[in-house]
Amino acid sequence: MKAFSYERVSDPAQAAARAAEVPGAKFIAGGTNLLDLMKHEIEIPQHLIDVGGTGLDDIAPTDEGGLRIGALVSNAALSADARVRKDYAVLSRALVSGASGQLRNKATTGGNLLQRTRCPYFYDTGMPCNKRSPGAGCAALGEGATTRQLGIIGTSDACIATHPSDMAVALRVLDAEVETVTPTGETRRLTLEEFYQLPGDTPEVENALEQGEMITAVVLPAPVEGRHVYYKVRDRASYAFALVSVALIQTPDGTGRVALGGVAPKPWRRDEADALLPQGASAVMERLLDGARPTQENAYKLTLAERTLAALLAQE
Amino acid sequence: MDFNQSTEDNLFDHARIIGKPHARIDGLLKVTGRAPYAYERHDVVANQLVGYPVCATIARGKITHMDASAARAAPGVAAVITTLELEPLARADSNVAHLFGGATVEHYHQAIAVVVAGTLEQARGAASLIDVRYEEAPGVFDLEDAWSRLQNTSEPIAHIGDVDAAFDAAPMTLDETYRTASQSHAMMEPHASIVDWSDGGQMTVWTSNQMIEWTRQALATTFDIDADRIRLESPYVGGGFGGKLWLRADAVLAALGSRETGRPVKVALPRPMIFNNATHRSGTIQRLRIAAGSDGKITAFDHSAISHTLPGGSGEDAVNQTRCFYAGENRRVAHHPIDMGLPESADMRAPGEASGLAVLEIAMDEMAEKLGMDPVAFRILNDTQVNPEEPSKPFTERHFVECLRKGADTFGWAKRNLKPGGQREGQWLIGHGMAGAYRGAPTMTSGARVRLQNGRLIVETDMTDIGTGSYTILSQTAAETMGMEMGDVEVRLGNSAYPTSSGSGGQFGATSATAGVYAACVALQAQIAKRLNVDEARFENGRVVAGQLDLALADVADGEEIVAEDTINFGDFKDELEIGTFGAHFVEVAVNAYTGETRVRRMLAVCDAGRILNPITARSQVIGGMTMGVGAALTEGMSVDTERGFFVNHDLAGYEVAVHADIPEQEVIFLDTTDAASSPLKAKGVGELGICGVAAAIGNAIYNATGVRIREYPMTLDRIIEQLPAA
Ligand SMILES: Cc1cc2nc3c(=O)[nH]c(=O)nc-3n(C[C@H](O)[C@H](O)[C@H](O)COP(=O)(O)OP(=O)(O)OC[C@H]3O[C@@H](n4cnc5c(N)ncnc54)[C@H](O)[C@@H]3O)c2cc1C
Ligand code: SF4
Repeated sequence: MKAFSYERVSDPAQAAARAAEVPGAKFIAGGTNLLDLMKHEIEIPQHLIDVGGTGLDDIAPTDEGGLRIGALVSNAALSADARVRKDYAVLSRALVSGASGQLRNKATTGGNLLQRTRCPYFYDTGMPCNKRSPGAGCAALGEGATTRQLGIIGTSDACIATHPSDMAVALRVLDAEVETVTPTGETRRLTLEEFYQLPGDTPEVENALEQGEMITAVVLPAPVEGRHVYYKVRDRASYAFALVSVALIQTPDGTGRVALGGVAPKPWRRDEADALLPQGASAVMERLLDGARPTQENAYKLTLAERTLAALLAQE
Repeated sequence: MDFNQSTEDNLFDHARIIGKPHARIDGLLKVTGRAPYAYERHDVVANQLVGYPVCATIARGKITHMDASAARAAPGVAAVITTLELEPLARADSNVAHLFGGATVEHYHQAIAVVVAGTLEQARGAASLIDVRYEEAPGVFDLEDAWSRLQNTSEPIAHIGDVDAAFDAAPMTLDETYRTASQSHAMMEPHASIVDWSDGGQMTVWTSNQMIEWTRQALATTFDIDADRIRLESPYVGGGFGGKLWLRADAVLAALGSRETGRPVKVALPRPMIFNNATHRSGTIQRLRIAAGSDGKITAFDHSAISHTLPGGSGEDAVNQTRCFYAGENRRVAHHPIDMGLPESADMRAPGEASGLAVLEIAMDEMAEKLGMDPVAFRILNDTQVNPEEPSKPFTERHFVECLRKGADTFGWAKRNLKPGGQREGQWLIGHGMAGAYRGAPTMTSGARVRLQNGRLIVETDMTDIGTGSYTILSQTAAETMGMEMGDVEVRLGNSAYPTSSGSGGQFGATSATAGVYAACVALQAQIAKRLNVDEARFENGRVVAGQLDLALADVADGEEIVAEDTINFGDFKDELEIGTFGAHFVEVAVNAYTGETRVRRMLAVCDAGRILNPITARSQVIGGMTMGVGAALTEGMSVDTERGFFVNHDLAGYEVAVHADIPEQEVIFLDTTDAASSPLKAKGVGELGICGVAAAIGNAIYNATGVRIREYPMTLDRIIEQLPAA
């Protein structure tokens, strides 16, 4: 780990302004991802701005009938909130499927959205990785590479990593928006679709945040009626990232929405695919995963995604 | 004490303490964080510095350039030692790759420098400042390629009868190829050492190691110094599983750092380096052919396997058990250890058998099905009481059939669904599987010293407790032999100042080390008898009784200490016998009919392993093995980058061991057996038996659940899903 300076701020706008002004600054919230990355020197911030004292740890109703979740609300608190459990069960379920109890106590809503990929080559600083060192090449695209966990759609010739968050998949299916404050003190709102960027030629750019811009909240629209399901498929029963995960909200008439985790650089959803839900899993997946470019090792994710959705639809 | 023939009836057949359940005596220290593990021994020596390893990032080649000037100038750095500054250090017999020195890179993450600084973060921060350039050399990293080239080329290890004729004549044959993955020991405590070699003279090593004397000798060889100048302590080991049988880079780098800085230095291997820097179990490809008559009697086995090793190593011998586990007049077994540039493969819990039985026991299941026989009945029919290769050699005690019968009864085997894919609960397919287990029961020379001090007994041996319960069973042994209570016995382990023991490995530790302590206690009894001028004495209730004499042990020496030392030597009469341990595993799994996820629901092991010294610690060993077997079956596999030549998933997020949620109900039954040919205590090991066959039982259960036969480990869902029936 490289030496860094550290400060605490109490106001989000001040945090954003400081982050834009101090070279090499980064926010730290729960630290559960950032500190690990710093130990490996995958992230080397020169200055840490601790946003833990900014008071953004409230879950409050909105005028539109939804909920505004402060960026510092812990994953544990969010998953346990009675309103979330009742009206946004897909979110609760996604959260408790992630990490472990201890980690969820520390992990925050803002930090979770910004956690970085779990591509094993990204974690090995001996290996070339475009996301870690732009232009270095991508070891995961090498001839003999291990790609079983990596992405099948939305990937590029520069990077095939996935975004590992479970929470974000549920937020995507709920049409949540990310609220931010910019260094100049303005508030922005981005849908998750706008928030996450595909890798293209610049896999190091993962989202639409400007330098210094801070996440202040995630806003949930009014509850979506229906059956809320989150199913995370993984090799072991707990404490593992998703091979594929499916967030589903299904109304009694058979319509609904679907988002996938574990397959793409961002939570994966397409409106056109949602519309096919009444026709069943294979129709949905044909549309949702149209254009997929799997590797030989991870082509199983195509079958797995379809069969997982089929399982959820059969559950009733 | 020489153990030259089978034991008669002795005190252990009428034991008060041996064979009874005793909670582990070091348990309180462990759960309260007071058991001193190597890296946290802050108090043993002052002024400790911290070393951080730097590892090669190519698989093979040469280092052409290293510049450590920036690292040396970094804050807090006391020294940087690069591999180019030293000739290759001498290699101990037990090491295959060089641990340090010279420009040659033999494998990925080989140690190439150590940075020593005041704090871990200073050392780690400076480590990445070293500029290294390489000249890469081509390498071979793909076992599949090697297999297609080498199949059927190497000399069989054993070849009896006429295998080809037996296959030609057999009405029923099986011929399948199977794959097991490379595995990491993934013990909880990383390799870690503090070394004080400040004056370049005496070297003191506080480490985490299974084999004190091997490692002391290896250090002597590596640094070309007299072993008498080295003292090693390893009183607590947070798991080893074979990964800590050897001297590894942690101790070497700490020693170099200490010599250079003149201060004690500690080094732990960071988890992401352990997988490629240290050792692992090699993956295998195995072809197994079985021939049988229509009566179900096996007539021939033909088992060949390949595993990888660095040049000079021995790989994973997966065929060994096939030589003697089942009957059959004809057999041929061959193992090809193939030289590859992957990191060093070596022993891991039940080396050979864990991989071999993972395959043999699936093949047995497949063969039983072909024959239309119950897999339990098929194994019973093919039991043997002699080594089929040398029928003149009987198994001393082999109660495999009893394990199978007892297991089937207890598990409710008869009630299982017989049609693969035929039992469903909701979205889950339920299946049952079983497998046989076999592992040898070796014993090794083992010494101990006992000190009687005012009625208290101190036991000293360099035996290690790697989480197995050595402290407890050695205390039981000493208390039993001396007629004392365990509370009056103190056991001191893992120190090279104590007599050389068997150490912990190969499931020989418990049997050998208890026999060594028994020998030392008998020597002490002789001394006491001599002192009291009696020919024979009884030791009971903390007293020594001989004729009219009846004296408290506290009073035999007038406050003086009486010290006795002895070593148990196991005679070669054992060469004429087959001594083994046996078991049967039964498993219930649920496989998701849609996703192919497998979750184990219930496990049972029945073990025949001689006298069980302590049913609590023995059970812990067996359920630990079963848990590791779940990992081996379902999740644990080191993925090879076949172009770059290294294990990619080199941390505990990428290499998935079983977590609590994966481990359901586990039941262990020990048969009430003893083996008089094994040791004075008539005991054998169980620590490795517990893992043998488990993976196959799970694979067989998956087949029963789904009708999909998987012949490649780990049996992750991507290997099942395309073959699953429509849900
Ligand atoms: C062992 C392990 C297992 C895990 N398993 C899972 C899993 O199964 N599923 C899953 O979804 N996740 C998993 N995680 C990831 C975990 O959810 C994230 O580490 C956590 O949510 C990050 O939150 P944090 O507050 O600790 O973020 P930090 O580590 O503090 O920060 C992460 C990033 O977000 C930035 N940041 C933080 N807050 C803000 C803000 N308000 N505005 C702008 N930028 C901000 C930081 O600068 C940093 O770049 C796992 C993590 C670990 C260590
Ligand atoms: S897939 Fe992306 S994250 Fe992984 S090595 Fe390639 S560039 Fe890096």
